[in-house]
This record gives sequence, C-alpha cells and structure tokens, in this order.
Amino acid sequence: MRHGKLSPVLLRKYGFIASFLAVPLILYVVFVIWQYIQAFQISFTNSRGISPNFDYVGFDNFTRLFDDEVFWAAVRHHVVLLLAMPLITVAIALFFSFMLNLGGGQKNGKMTGVPGSAFYKIVFFFPQVLAVAIVGVLFQAILRPDKSGVINSALHAVGVDPVGWLISPGLALWTIIGVMVWQAVGFYVVLFSAGMSSIPRDVFEAAALDGAGRFVLFFRITLPLLWDTLQVGWVYLGIAAFDGFALVQVLSVDRGGPDNATTVLPLEIWRTAFTYSKYGVASAMGVALFFMTLTFAVLTLRVTRRERIEF
Amino acid sequence: MPVASAEASTSRKQGRGRSVNVFGGLSHVALLIWAVLVIFPIVWTFLASFKTNTELFGDTPLALPHQFHWDAWGRAWAKAHIGLYLVNTIKVVAISTFLTMLFGSMAAYVLARYTFFGNKAIYLLFVSGLSFPVFLALAPLWLTMKNLGLLGTHTGVVLVYVAYSLPFTVFFLTAFFRTLPTSVGEAAMMDGCSHTRTFFQIMMPMAKPGLISITIFNVIGQWNQYLLPIVLLPGDAQDKWLITQGIANISTNAGYEADWAGLFAALSMAIIPVLIVYIIFQRQIQSGLTTGALK
Repeated sequence: MRHGKLSPVLLRKYGFIASFLAVPLILYVVFVIWQYIQAFQISFTNSRGISPNFDYVGFDNFTRLFDDEVFWAAVRHHVVLLLAMPLITVAIALFFSFMLNLGGGQKNGKMTGVPGSAFYKIVFFFPQVLAVAIVGVLFQAILRPDKSGVINSALHAVGVDPVGWLISPGLALWTIIGVMVWQAVGFYVVLFSAGMSSIPRDVFEAAALDGAGRFVLFFRITLPLLWDTLQVGWVYLGIAAFDGFALVQVLSVDRGGPDNATTVLPLEIWRTAFTYSKYGVASAMGVALFFMTLTFAVLTLRVTRRERIEF
Repeated sequence: MPVASAEASTSRKQGRGRSVNVFGGLSHVALLIWAVLVIFPIVWTFLASFKTNTELFGDTPLALPHQFHWDAWGRAWAKAHIGLYLVNTIKVVAISTFLTMLFGSMAAYVLARYTFFGNKAIYLLFVSGLSFPVFLALAPLWLTMKNLGLLGTHTGVVLVYVAYSLPFTVFFLTAFFRTLPTSVGEAAMMDGCSHTRTFFQIMMPMAKPGLISITIFNVIGQWNQYLLPIVLLPGDAQDKWLITQGIANISTNAGYEADWAGLFAALSMAIIPVLIVYIIFQRQIQSGLTTGALK
C-alpha cells in the first residue's frame, strides 16, 4: 500500500500533511524564527528603526555593552536572582510539599499530609494564576514606604520605623525577589507534590517500619527520589531569574530604580528599543541574554545529572 | 495525591513522641502564615476599593472601610476603561487560544503520526523555539509588525500570541499523540474515513485530556501576558488595550491626587474573575500548569 510512486493514496497522504502543516509552520517561521534570525542580524547594525537604511557596525554594539554600567548592573542582578530566588523558592516549596503530602505520618497504612492539606494546596497555588503585572500593582500599595503602606503600618503598630522596601537601593532587589517567591512557591508545592505522589507508598512504609522519623524520611528518602522533579523546577526557576521584566517594570521605582538598583536585562532591552529607539544595541543585549540563558540551562543539566533512581 | 484532610485531622494518634509534635505544630504554623500571606493582600485590595483617599493614606491602612460604596467600581469600569480592556482581553485570548489549539494540534498530529521527509527537522524547528528568550525577538518583531501594518491591532496580537504559543503546544501535543493507540485511527482509515475526518472525529476526541491541559495552560499564559501587549499595542491604540497593560498604566500614571480606590477596584475586577474560575477548576488548572513541566 505504501510503495506506489505517487499513487492516489500517497498523494492524498502528502496533500494532507502539507495542508495540516502549512499554516502553523508559516505563522511560526514568520513571527518567531524569522524574528530571532533578524535579531542576530540587527545586533550588528546601527538600526534605529525609522528609516530602513542602516549600516553594519561589526561588534560595536557588543563592545559598547562592555562599557555600559547599566548593562553590568542588570547582569549582576541576574546573578543575585539566579542564586537567591530558586534557592529560597525551592526550600520553602519542598518544606511545604513534604508537610502537605507526607507530614501527617501513616494512617491506615498510607502516608498522609497534615490536616487541611487540600485547602493549603488550593490557596498556595493561587498567586500563580495572577498576571505578574497585576501582582506588581498589588504590591505597590502593600510596600509603600510610609505608614500608609500595609506592611509599614503593621510594623508601626509594633513600634518599628517604616522601611523603604522599594526605595532603598540595598533592599529594593530583595523586596522584588520576595514578591517573586511569593508568587512562585505555590506552583512548586504542587509540582513537588505530584513528584512525591509518584514515589511508591511502600518505600515510605518500609522506612517507617524501620523507625525512620520525619527528618530521615525527608532527607534520605524523599529528596533523592524527587531529584528529577527538583531538576526540572530548578531549570524553570533559573529561566525565570533571567526574566523579571513585568515585575520590575511595574513594581520598582522609576522602572528599574532606585538608580538602576533593580534593573534587569529584559527591561533594558525594552527601554533601549522603545524609549531610545536603539534597535541594534537592544538586539545585542538580546543576544547576550540568549547566551546567558543557554549557558545556564546547559550547565544545570550537566552539573545536576546523576544516576536515575529506578522505582 | 488527593489528601484526606478531614479524616487525617480526626485521628492522628500515631505521633512519634513530643519532639515530632512540636515540629508538627511549628510547621503547621508556617503553613498557616503562608496561607495568610497569600490571602491577605488580595482581601486587602478588595476592601481598599471601598475606601476614600483619606482612609487609604491615613495611618490605618489596615482598618476596614467606613462604608461600602461601589462608586469606585463604576469609575474603574467606565472612566478607566477596565470594562473595555476586559472585553478586549476576552476577545483576543478566546480567538488566539482557539487558533493555537487548532494549529498546534494539527501540526503535532502530523508530526507524531506520519513519516515523511523533513518530519524530524520541522519538529526540532518548533521545539527550538522553547530555548529562545522572547526579549531577543522584541525589536525585530516590532519593526515587522509596523511594516505589516499590524501594530496596534488585535489581529497582530492574536497572530503573535498563536505563533509564540506554538512551540510548547506542539512539543507537548506531539508527545501526547504518540501515546495514543494507532489501531482506532487505522481502522477508521480502512473504512474509508479521510485523513482529515480521522483527525477531527477520532483523534481529537481521544486526545481530549491533553488538549484540555494545554488549553488551560495557553489561556492563563495569554491572559496574563504583559510584555507583548505593551509592545504591540502602543499608547496611540489605547482603545485596543488589554487588561494587564490597562491596570499597569493606571498605576504608573497615578499621583497622590489620583483615584486610588478606582485603581483597587480595577485590580479587584482583574483578580476576582480569575479567582472564581480558579476555585471552580483548581484541579484541572493545577494539573494543566504543572503537567507541562513534568513532561
């Protein structure tokens, strides 16, 4: 049936394949692939977008980035984000998901979570379905630097002076990290819970029979068996650490301030392109961001690779 | 995974001594604190929409509003155009999610089920899109949309949403279509069913669980988009704006004399529908958003 040279059957098959692939492929190539290719090309030009004429300037845009303090500030912020945000999020999420799935000890031969687990899982996940931009606006009011801010008002009630959460340069980035963690934890609680529920129950039962307490259950059994899920979570959070656009753009003072203390590369790309119309420089930043993300993903997968535990 | 909370609370007699109970108690406090941290800002925003500016900027932002006026909600809906932005967003997300799922599953089905020259290359082309940060494409995308005359139009936003949702949709659904049994489709073809009919009437219904997960994933992802709207729908197309950019704009333009209650009413309008939909479909939404990660 499949050997004829362009038999009607084959013709129909290829016609079908072509008709199903054409639209998605054209859309994708035109609006995605072609744009990425152009980005690499534009990064070597002095394009300012208004006129179609531009010159190739070699690596000028990239060397300019090397001398650009704001660019380096943004890169430093990504490093801080990359080190702190995944670590804090994963630690909190692991603790919660352990409590919610296994923390209740054994009951009727099954591992259970602490009472109210179902409720917590619903509540914790909620920030995940909110738009980051909405979360940014929401926290602006919560974090206001004077007594009218919700947190500062609560601090005032116990006699603490108002804290400039977003206006003090040393603190602002950490405040933003705090909001990121606030939004992300629920997702990873659910992700890790799914991972934990795929660990066979008899593993825990056997350990419990041997007298293992909660700490042993967590560090010696759950953590190693959850490694694959953890790795996925780490890569996701790492990629998120190279973003931060919506939150910083909406929440921080002066979009990346005070004094560039919270700026991130995506924000600089956006600003360079759409405020200063320097499309060449913006694309060069995009290329730099792409290679940073790629390096991170490859490194993480390499470093964290270990023997899969079959169960 | 389903946790029997009610029965667990009635009998917890197998505690292992006091240290475990203290630990259990502390960790329960931690869970409770996190729940409050999540719920409180949202409740506060809702209550703040009923307050006056003096109440909001007084010394007691934690107090309840004196009166429950819905004025601010009316102002946000009409004067701040939140109603318009909501309708725009529903329109754009409905059309683009539908097209994403249609084109995504068409491509994924062909890539998963047919052998032909270039299959692997096209699949890799789609999946490679997952490794590029969208910020890289920002400048050229804006120029392209401008040249095509699509800047400031919903058509442009829909096309871009669909295109940028395709990599993940195709990646996930290709894996999903591969797991479905081949026999049913083959039997249908034997009976003279065309390729197209086999896809729409037999394979699509069989793929329903995967399609639902990815639809949820795309709806939430596109609903929450902020970057693409502010790039593709600039200031001179304000009547085309979407909800996220509309609300961010009120907040950036708001000075101290601004309508703060209106801003909080606008925020509540954006949050409450999402909250209701989430509570109704929380199980599907949680699995829709996390299954993608676990593939």
